[in-house]
Amino acid sequence: MLLRVKSTLILTVLLMVCAAASLFIGVVDFSVMDIFSGNWEAFEILMISRLPRLLAILCTGMGMSVAGLIMQQLCMNKFVSPTTGATISSAQLGILCALLFMPGSTLWVRAGFAFTAAIAGTWIFVALIQRIQFKDVVMVPLVGIMFGNVIGGITNYLAYKYEMTQALSSWLVGHFSLVMKGRYELVMLVVPLIAAAFIFANHFNIVGMGKDFSKNLGVSYNAVLFLGLTIAAMITASVVVIAGSISYIGLIVPNLVTMFKGDKLRGTLTDTALFGALFVLISDMIGRVVIAPYELPIELIVGVLGSLIFLILLWMRLNGKGRFIKKAEGGCKG
Amino acid sequence: MVIQHLTKQYGRKRVVDEVSFEIPQGQVLSLIGPNGAGKSTVMGMISRLVAKDAGLIHFEGQDLTKWNSRELSKRLAILTQSNNIQMKLTVRELVSFGRFPYCQGRLQPEDQEKVDQALAYMELDAIADQFIDELSGGQRQRAMIAMVIAQDTDYILLDEPTNNLDIYHATKMMKIVRRLCDELGKTVILVLHEINYAAFYSDYICAFVEGRVAHFGTVQEVITKENLSEIYGVDFEIQQVEGRPLSIYY
Repeated sequence: MLLRVKSTLILTVLLMVCAAASLFIGVVDFSVMDIFSGNWEAFEILMISRLPRLLAILCTGMGMSVAGLIMQQLCMNKFVSPTTGATISSAQLGILCALLFMPGSTLWVRAGFAFTAAIAGTWIFVALIQRIQFKDVVMVPLVGIMFGNVIGGITNYLAYKYEMTQALSSWLVGHFSLVMKGRYELVMLVVPLIAAAFIFANHFNIVGMGKDFSKNLGVSYNAVLFLGLTIAAMITASVVVIAGSISYIGLIVPNLVTMFKGDKLRGTLTDTALFGALFVLISDMIGRVVIAPYELPIELIVGVLGSLIFLILLWMRLNGKGRFIKKAEGGCKG
Repeated sequence: MVIQHLTKQYGRKRVVDEVSFEIPQGQVLSLIGPNGAGKSTVMGMISRLVAKDAGLIHFEGQDLTKWNSRELSKRLAILTQSNNIQMKLTVRELVSFGRFPYCQGRLQPEDQEKVDQALAYMELDAIADQFIDELSGGQRQRAMIAMVIAQDTDYILLDEPTNNLDIYHATKMMKIVRRLCDELGKTVILVLHEINYAAFYSDYICAFVEGRVAHFGTVQEVITKENLSEIYGVDFEIQQVEGRPLSIYY
């Protein structure tokens, strides 16, 4: 019991330290003393740029990892995530549609398009894997990646045809450099969505154990499945609209956390959210420092770190320690 | 529970054909029969996991389909073979899910008590905090039964509970079934392949052949040389052991 709370405590402290440190990393150099000694310029930078950026990063990290956790749980497959489940690419297509059909649209309208597309895309993906015969652990994410690429292909085609590639590039490679006061607040939607996920955590757990299991306990399988996927898709879409595509987090963070803490969602949600935030925050700090005063897009850093961890994870699961990978009978069972 | 003219069709084939019988309360009833005789499908329909095509299932004076699904899950529990859980949950967490119909996941002190009782009853105290994916098949099966006990239903339906268990664990499982009925007063309905387990541990037997009820009655009534030969199409010898008909086939 103590051990379980311990990890949460350690993560919280680490996150707070890193969050405080991140406020003082950037092109304009100022220190804590400047803020308290009434340096107005430093204070302004903090409020307009650094703090919004920090909040956006925290929401992104928490959101993407919780979305991944929900999707993995509901689909009974450890390799499903917003990236491998076509959610991100659908959200991007949604944004492109908003740019095409309503060129002058506000951020919120674009978000509406992204929400709709992400939810539809995720639902189609799950409907698809419920119908395929090969319910192999690897088959399910493969179908997701292929389906995501088809959607990505359509997005690219439309972008080229209507000369929108430049405009779209900001949403294809995730970065936080454009996050500023007044144009990031939407990502805060992640917070109530995570709260909703917490409320329904037990339902997701039960649905994750299969249709018969849910029915035995009087839980409506389809309703909860749809609810969970919708929450995951909305979280993903809010992040994509603000920061662009950030892959791997939804895959790696939940996997690492559940390896140690088990699959009971009530117990792992908090840690997953905290660890996700920490992961993105550290990646972003690295991106800001490596080639200062310029910065690398977060997607790049997360991609490098993520693919490394992912390979190690795969290797561990396939070798000896791999009780996790035994044939998950059913994939996303229908 | 009364079952009348239950029918299920897959395509053209009638897997279950006008099946009618009554489930005696507070007894152990085993459904037996060759592969494809429809016993698992009947079980599925009784437990509302499978939709029926025609017929009626009366459960405590009301049509089963009219039951509120949460209320029903306090009266009737089912364990199927597909309950092959891959999740990394501790035994206690799994058993706690049995209380879900009552508390929707927010365990009250009384729920906690029921969980503890179920764990103790299945002798799982020592491994309550282990992850189920680290357990042996027999232990995992016991954990599932403990969950059903925590669910505290009058009716318990078990679909081939001895599947994949060795003789030691299978026999232990059947003794548990007997205790569920004798000590806790549950009505237990089983789908079984081993006729001798059915004969030794149940009170009533319902034998299926090609989607129909071939024989229904007490163990002594159903387990006879003639009946079994007719059901399975193989020669049988019956010997009485401890007042129970032991069947020998080869």
